[in-house]
Amino acid sequence: MGEIAVSLWRGKADGSYQVYRVPQRDNQTVLDVVTWVQRNVDPTLAYRFACRVGMCGSCAMTVNGRPRWTCRTHTAKVVKNGNLEIGPLANLPIIKDLACDLRPFFEKWQKARAVFSPGLTRKDAIERIMPTTAARLAADAAIECINCAVCYAACDTVRWNADYLGPAALNRAWTLVNDVRDTANPQRLAAVAAAGGCHACHSHQSCQQHCPNALNPTASIAGLKRHTMQAYLKGELE
Amino acid sequence: MNGNRGKPRRAPNTGGHRRDPLWLAALLHRLSGLALAAFLPLHFLVFALVLNGEAALDGFLRWTANPAVKVAETGLVFLLTLHLLGGIRILLLENLPWFAGHKQLVAGALLTACMLALVFLVRAA
Amino acid sequence: MNVRLYVLQRASAAFMAPLLLIHLGVIFYASSRGFSAADILARTRGSLFWGGFYAAFVAAAATHAAIGVRVIASEWTRWRGRSLGALMWACGLLLAALGVTAVAAVVLT
Repeated sequence: MGEIAVSLWRGKADGSYQVYRVPQRDNQTVLDVVTWVQRNVDPTLAYRFACRVGMCGSCAMTVNGRPRWTCRTHTAKVVKNGNLEIGPLANLPIIKDLACDLRPFFEKWQKARAVFSPGLTRKDAIERIMPTTAARLAADAAIECINCAVCYAACDTVRWNADYLGPAALNRAWTLVNDVRDTANPQRLAAVAAAGGCHACHSHQSCQQHCPNALNPTASIAGLKRHTMQAYLKGELE
Repeated sequence: MNGNRGKPRRAPNTGGHRRDPLWLAALLHRLSGLALAAFLPLHFLVFALVLNGEAALDGFLRWTANPAVKVAETGLVFLLTLHLLGGIRILLLENLPWFAGHKQLVAGALLTACMLALVFLVRAA
Repeated sequence: MNVRLYVLQRASAAFMAPLLLIHLGVIFYASSRGFSAADILARTRGSLFWGGFYAAFVAAAATHAAIGVRVIASEWTRWRGRSLGALMWACGLLLAALGVTAVAAVVLT
C-alpha cells in the first residue's frame, strides 16, 4: 500500500518535528501509526491512549493542524501526498512529544463551578425530573462531554486569553445551570460572568466544528450569556 | 527515523481551524471593526472643518471626488456593511435559541457587503 | 471582558444597528447628489432630529469601539490591567469628544 512520511512532534515546547516512514495499511487510524512508531522505531515516543474505540478521548492530538481523536481518524482521510503531521494538543503545556498536561483544563472546569452541588441527601426521595422539560433538553444536548480537550485545543480565545475558562468548562457549567436539582447556581453564574468567563467567547464556533461528540459549546455559552445578562440586569449577580 | 524535513518548526502546527469559514468571518468582523474605529476620528474631523467655515468642508469634499478616494470610500461601505451584518448574526446567535445555517449567513453577509459596495462605486463613478 | 462590559458592548451594538441602516441610506442619498457642504448642511443645520440622531450615534459608537479596542488589545497585545482601562477610556473619550464636536459643527453653526 505504500508508506506515509509521518512528522511527529518530539520533545517539549522547544522540540521539533521528526519524520518517520510508516507503512500505510487498510483501515489504519492515526493512533495505529503512532503506536507503530513507538513499537517498531522509537520506544521513547510518549503518547496517550486508552479505549482506542472513540469513547474515552485520551488519544486526542493535533493532526495536520487540527485537534482530533486519533483512534477515530483514518489515515486514508488525512494523509496528503503521502504526508501526515501529528503533534500534541494546542493550548496546553507539552509534557513530552504527543502528551500534554491537562491540569490547566481541569482546573478551569473547577473554576467555572461546573460541579454538581446537590441539595438532597440519600435519605430524601429521589427528585423526579421530566426529560421533556426545556431545561432538561438543554442540559441533555450538552451532557455527553467526556472532557477530551479537543474544543479547548481548537479555541483561539483560549490561546489569546489566559483567563478564559474555555468551551468545555463553560459547556459543563451550562448543563448544571439547567439542572433543577443543583443548588449552586448563584455562585456558578458569578463564576462564568467574571473576566475569562462566557463573555470572552467570540463565537468562532471552532469548538463546535471540532467536537468529536458533535456537541455545541458555542450554543451553551450563548445560553450562559443570556442567563448572566438577565441576572446582572435584575441585580441578582453576586 | 529519517531526520528533519526542511526547517525545524519552532512550535507545533496548530492553526488548522483558521481555515474554517466561521473563524474567518470572526476575523473579518474584528478587522473591519478596528478599521472603522480608526477611520471614525478622521470622519469626525472632516465635519468639524465647518467650524472654519463652510468653504473648508466644501474644499475637502471636492477633494473626495478623486477616484482613489472613491475606491477607499467603497472599501469603507464594504467594511461597514460587513461589520453590521456580522454583528447582527452574533446578536441573534447570542439572544435567540440556537439556529443552523451560520455558514450560509456569513456567505450572505459577504455577498451583500460586496453588492452594496459595488452599487456605491458604480453610482460614484 | 466581563458581564458589565459585555452588556454595554451588545447594547450599543443593538442600538446602532437601525441607526446604521439609516446612515447607510444617508450615505447613498448624499453620494447620489454629490457630496457638497451646502447640501449636507442644508439637512443638518438647526435640525433637532439629525442633531439627536447623530449625538446618540456618537455616544453608542464611542462606547462600542472603546470596548472593542480594549478586548482586541487584551487578546493581541501584552497590555494588561490598568493600561487596558486607560486605553479604553482614551479611545472612548477621544471618539466622543471628536464626535460631539462634529455634530455640533454641522447642527449648531
